[in-house]
Amino acid sequence: MTPDELREAAQIELAAQARYTQKVSVCTAAGCASCGGVQVKEAIQRQVAEEGLKEQCLVRSVGCMGLCSAGPLVAVEPDGTLYHHVAPDHAPEIVRGLDLALPVKDLVCPTDQPFFARQHKIVLENCGRIDPDKLPEAIAAGGYEGLAQALTTRSPAEVIHEVTVSGLRGRGGGGYPTGIKWTTVAKAFAAEKYVICNGDEGDPGAFMDRALLESDPHRVLEGMTIAAYAVGASRGYMYVRAEYPLAVTRLKSAIRQAERAGLLGKNICGTPFSFDVDIRLGAGAFVCGEETALIASVEGRRGAPRPRPPYPAESGLWGAPTLINNVETFGNIPSIIRKGGDWYASMGTEKSKGTKVFALAGCIRNTGLIEVPMGITLREIVFDIGGGVPEGREFKAIQTGGPSGGCIPEHLLDTPVDYESLHELGSIMGSGGMIVMDDSASMVETARFFMEFSMAESCGKCVPCRVGTAHLYDLLDKFARGDATPADLALLEELCDVVKNTSLCGLGISAPNPVLSTLRFFRHEYEEKLKAVTA
Amino acid sequence: MRRLGYAPHALVESLHAAQEAFGYLDKPAMQFVATGLRVPLSRVYGAATFYHFFSLKPPGDHTCVVCTGTACHIKGAPDLLSAVAAEFSLKAGETSKDGKFSVLSARCIGTCGLAPAVVFDSEVAGKVTSEQMLERLRGWAAS
Repeated sequence: MTPDELREAAQIELAAQARYTQKVSVCTAAGCASCGGVQVKEAIQRQVAEEGLKEQCLVRSVGCMGLCSAGPLVAVEPDGTLYHHVAPDHAPEIVRGLDLALPVKDLVCPTDQPFFARQHKIVLENCGRIDPDKLPEAIAAGGYEGLAQALTTRSPAEVIHEVTVSGLRGRGGGGYPTGIKWTTVAKAFAAEKYVICNGDEGDPGAFMDRALLESDPHRVLEGMTIAAYAVGASRGYMYVRAEYPLAVTRLKSAIRQAERAGLLGKNICGTPFSFDVDIRLGAGAFVCGEETALIASVEGRRGAPRPRPPYPAESGLWGAPTLINNVETFGNIPSIIRKGGDWYASMGTEKSKGTKVFALAGCIRNTGLIEVPMGITLREIVFDIGGGVPEGREFKAIQTGGPSGGCIPEHLLDTPVDYESLHELGSIMGSGGMIVMDDSASMVETARFFMEFSMAESCGKCVPCRVGTAHLYDLLDKFARGDATPADLALLEELCDVVKNTSLCGLGISAPNPVLSTLRFFRHEYEEKLKAVTA
Repeated sequence: MRRLGYAPHALVESLHAAQEAFGYLDKPAMQFVATGLRVPLSRVYGAATFYHFFSLKPPGDHTCVVCTGTACHIKGAPDLLSAVAAEFSLKAGETSKDGKFSVLSARCIGTCGLAPAVVFDSEVAGKVTSEQMLERLRGWAAS
């Protein structure tokens, strides 16, 4: 597809959509699908057919609309009504409401509430607006426009310059500037280079990548292809967790459709540039989120990391220079190319630009997927967007960054969300999981939970991590049972320090974070457990 | 394996295919993969045991996967597992004696908005209570 054909395809699709006066979009991403989204869609479809409205009313499935706790969600256009907690039985009412343009009052979910109003969507702009299985819909929503622009009007160096100007940083948690990474790979001299998309979202409590891959897979493919053009790669791998079967199916279908349309594969957009993407399934190993372990896994070996340097940018997959970015990082690229790096850099804080997608879960009213500008405070996220803690309980802590992050207490909620501020608090931005805990949660228990996770997920290659996490777990278990002595507390702190500073990869280095941060902010809970022994 | 040209790097993919076909990985399956890809059996076994997703034991007729991610953990996944342990004396990762069902745990299935989540035979159910879960399992045990 040349850029002209792409524009034409977008026009055709828009015209086709304009034939319908009404559009009913039902969320069928994993969250809503597990509470009956697919059945709701079928019921509405049947009802529309029965009432003879097929010609004017389009019923389709779309990706995640964000507010997973209120699912299944149904959006009606053009009046913009959003229904929540829809059941198949509601189909007749909803369809009747369409006709009279009178929404079903009991089911209406106000779209002006802070959960929607405070968000700023870039990566998720098409999530919940397009049918992820239909390429024309993605094209009509501006998909692949950035790719066509990059391939036909810009040199690879100009593309990299744009990304550098945007100030985009790795969204997988590390926060390494994307522009610098791309430059390193582009400069490396090799016959073959690779691009890998890291979709091994292992953090329990994080589901941003799953939602994006399920709702707008073309966006990620487009971002990967632009990256491949910029660094000079001709092969790419999409590493996705096997635990996300729906994401894998949609991604496979997206790759096939894009190849057929000439937007992937040989001579993309009618230019000499070619790029192939293959899917590689993860198999349930948290450590594979670490880039060198991920490369080992793509090569078909056990996912054990190796010391860096050399960094994958110089010697990665099969020894070739390899660019590894997270799903969300690639998701930002098309918008940056389309609207410019300066536009992207105008959002966020001085050092952390743009927006970040978070998965909000735990003891909070509105659970789901949100995208907010960097620099927003945690308080705004928890109380405005999240709607606070339900059932008269009190907020205790927010956990960011999964097993590698820390717990942040109430008095620090005014901290702005950016890489540096969270790091100062002993937590990390992480890939974007945020779990809210109420006053019933025990911090020692939480630390033990995460340590059990790290212990089980340690690959066993380096001693500090393999043995250290097991010992830390034993110590925390002692605390949880109330058998700990003051000496154990000192030992716990010392061991955390050793594991943090001597482990080989990110897993071990960050494994003590949950313990250190709970020790820092909730030390009294550990001490209370001590007292139980002496008394 | 054919799709990836019998290259040794297709190991993880091949194990996925084998597990999908047979439900688990037994010795003949691993030997077949090892010969097909010309890699030592030890490496196949190493990969199969390293990744949690692969199972070396045959699963029950039905499977129920309890999510033990952070959100599910604070929303009561441990209670679900202890309820199962109390009624059927099964721990996560075990199959009932008659082979009717297996209880497994997963790190996170990414439906944290609906915690605690349980996957019954590849169908995800959200906000599961112990009672609902036991009911499903009793149904399976009786079938």
